[in-house]
Amino acid sequence: MKLATTLLALAATIALGAAPAAARRPWLLPSATSFSGDESWVTFDAAASDGLFYFDLAALPLDGIKAYAPDGTPVQIENASTGKLRSTFDLHLTQKGTYKVENLSQGLFGGYKQDGEMKRLPRDLKPADLGAAIPAGATEVKVTEMSGRNITWVTAGAPTDGVLKAAGSGLEIVPITHPNDLVAGEQARFQLTVDGKPAADLPVTVVAQGTRYRDQLGQLDLRTDAKGILAVTWPTPGMYWLSATVTDARTSIPGATERRLTLAATVEVVTP
Amino acid sequence: MRITYSLALTGMAATPAAAAGIDISIDIPRLSVAEYHRPYVAAWIEQPGQATAKTVAVWYDIGKRNNAGTKWLRDLRGWWRKAGRTLTLPADGISGATRAPGPQKLLLTAGAPPLGKLAPGHYELVVEAAREVGGREQLRLPFTWPAKGPGQTVTAKGTGELGTVTAVIK
Repeated sequence: MKLATTLLALAATIALGAAPAAARRPWLLPSATSFSGDESWVTFDAAASDGLFYFDLAALPLDGIKAYAPDGTPVQIENASTGKLRSTFDLHLTQKGTYKVENLSQGLFGGYKQDGEMKRLPRDLKPADLGAAIPAGATEVKVTEMSGRNITWVTAGAPTDGVLKAAGSGLEIVPITHPNDLVAGEQARFQLTVDGKPAADLPVTVVAQGTRYRDQLGQLDLRTDAKGILAVTWPTPGMYWLSATVTDARTSIPGATERRLTLAATVEVVTP
Repeated sequence: MRITYSLALTGMAATPAAAAGIDISIDIPRLSVAEYHRPYVAAWIEQPGQATAKTVAVWYDIGKRNNAGTKWLRDLRGWWRKAGRTLTLPADGISGATRAPGPQKLLLTAGAPPLGKLAPGHYELVVEAAREVGGREQLRLPFTWPAKGPGQTVTAKGTGELGTVTAVIK
């Protein structure tokens, strides 16, 4: 279980009440989402940033990147590289249909009170070491296990549905409208699920690319309905970032007191 | 009599005796730009509210090795989404090389590919052009099938990548 160090460090800062330096939005950005021709290459950027989609904060680690071909088989990413501000990798599209690319991160953060003083759990703490990390006599122990998922889709030829199904664990976005068939002015629908069950009344943030060149963020603050369905009508063409967070008590790591699930998806919306 | 008949077939004389079909003229504008490449052009027929469409022509760079010219077909964005991505290329009687500036003819005969049989109704002929290091333009020509009377002419005029597009429904 690899730890997304930078992500956790910042999450820990927020959890303990310190002011975060900047909003931190993780994302995967494909160079294009629709491809013609016999075979194609697509390249991705992976970063966390304030503005979308700019490399202005930190690279995302690529340990958790997984790519799936239209037939569901895993595909190896190529030419992976991580810099200071962004990671990048390529994917060779040899099949026709829709590919899924996701980056999964997991980790632990939290703290406790000892001798009247708040202490933070060490970074990169492994689940197995959690028990030993909390001294006897510690009070107000708070340990959050975190699962992050960044996801995007790209299509060679006509879109297919093979990779759109939910895995059934964690916070997921399950497209109802095909994610590589989104058009400005039209409504698209997705279902958000937690452990495979509909995530009802969940707040979802939607932001269009190009924040640097406009004064208003234009963020859409939406909510899923009782069946976990999110309906988005895209105001303009472009790349969009969708994000949601769920906190609950369904922990899987012994000793964790809460679970935080984060999701970020990138989709492209085309002109009508 | 024989002469009239053959003229009608080539679309040069739209007499009532001519076979039903659509004669299309697509004017590819001559552009004075530093780097000119002939545009990719697609023409298709769709019905309002229908997800699919019938491609009647797609002109792209067919001369490249390994079918490499197909890479840029997606830049015909409207066509790619509507019909292109489900079409296998090259497509007999549909795909061809890019065309030079000037009026380009496309003569479609009812009952024969690529037009085939059209059910009576309202349709749109859509023509889209996209050019390397250039722009994209899409024109829509609504028409009713079958033609009422001897010939119904629909015209649309582009402003950038397309000149005048005319369709004679007969």
